[in-house]
Amino acid sequence: MSVLTSFLTGLLFGVGLIVSGMTDPSKVIGFLDLAGAWDPSLAFVMGGAALVGAGGFRLAERRPTSILGGLRQLPGTQGIDARLILGSATFGVGWGLAGFCPGPALVAFGAGYDKAAVFMIAMLAGMVMYEFTERRRMARATDE
Amino acid sequence: MMIDWAHFTPWGSFAGGLLIGVAVAAFVLIHGRIAGISGILGGLLRPAGQDVGWRIAFIAGLLAAPALYALFTRLPSATIEAGFPVIAVAGLLVGLGARYGAGCTSGHGVCGLARLSPRSLAATLAFMTAGFVTVFVVRHVIA
Repeated sequence: MSVLTSFLTGLLFGVGLIVSGMTDPSKVIGFLDLAGAWDPSLAFVMGGAALVGAGGFRLAERRPTSILGGLRQLPGTQGIDARLILGSATFGVGWGLAGFCPGPALVAFGAGYDKAAVFMIAMLAGMVMYEFTERRRMARATDE
Repeated sequence: MMIDWAHFTPWGSFAGGLLIGVAVAAFVLIHGRIAGISGILGGLLRPAGQDVGWRIAFIAGLLAAPALYALFTRLPSATIEAGFPVIAVAGLLVGLGARYGAGCTSGHGVCGLARLSPRSLAATLAFMTAGFVTVFVVRHVIA
């Protein structure tokens, strides 16, 4: 059941990305290019998604568990630290260079774009690098 | 500031955003989780690959979206200006940064803002600013 609903949710998310125009990197870069001819479309995507999403989170909070029965696993509200800001800024540089973030890159990969495939492989490599540095950090922390 | 009226798609983008919002809402209601793509993908790379099934299913859904869309109408084209080396560097930075920053445009930018999370707002401002500066440098300083 969770596999099916997860697949359908991913499918809907992906169709939403295509409809929104965000699977085209030149449109994302058009939003990020404040000094050129500016395309504000991305703000409308985020606005529409956050609006409906907010309703979903409100409804979810009224339930003790999720519909599938598990407990909600939402991120906690730790403080704002250097990791969050530096990590996000690093992400933003890559996002600006390619015009891809993870969701649209996966959809464009599904549509058969070579460059999206290269982006995906490099992105997975970056995620693996994170896992290695995290494990080293954890090991150091337990040694001390 | 000059608006690019030729490419600006307020209605289509808003409609796509609403669909993404429905997916986000469905995911938290059904699964009790944040539909953050980098977190879903990154969770597969953890030592004890947690909840492999639903994670792969979600990713498979994203990959299958173009095929479903193409059944009804022509897929919009994508223009990827950056060359292969730049794409590779960008992918690496996106993967590494999204994991360090604990989220990307979907997790922080959509879900986090929908939850009014101060952490996600800070992350969103950080990646937007970095994106604005990067595109400025690439398009108006180097070029």
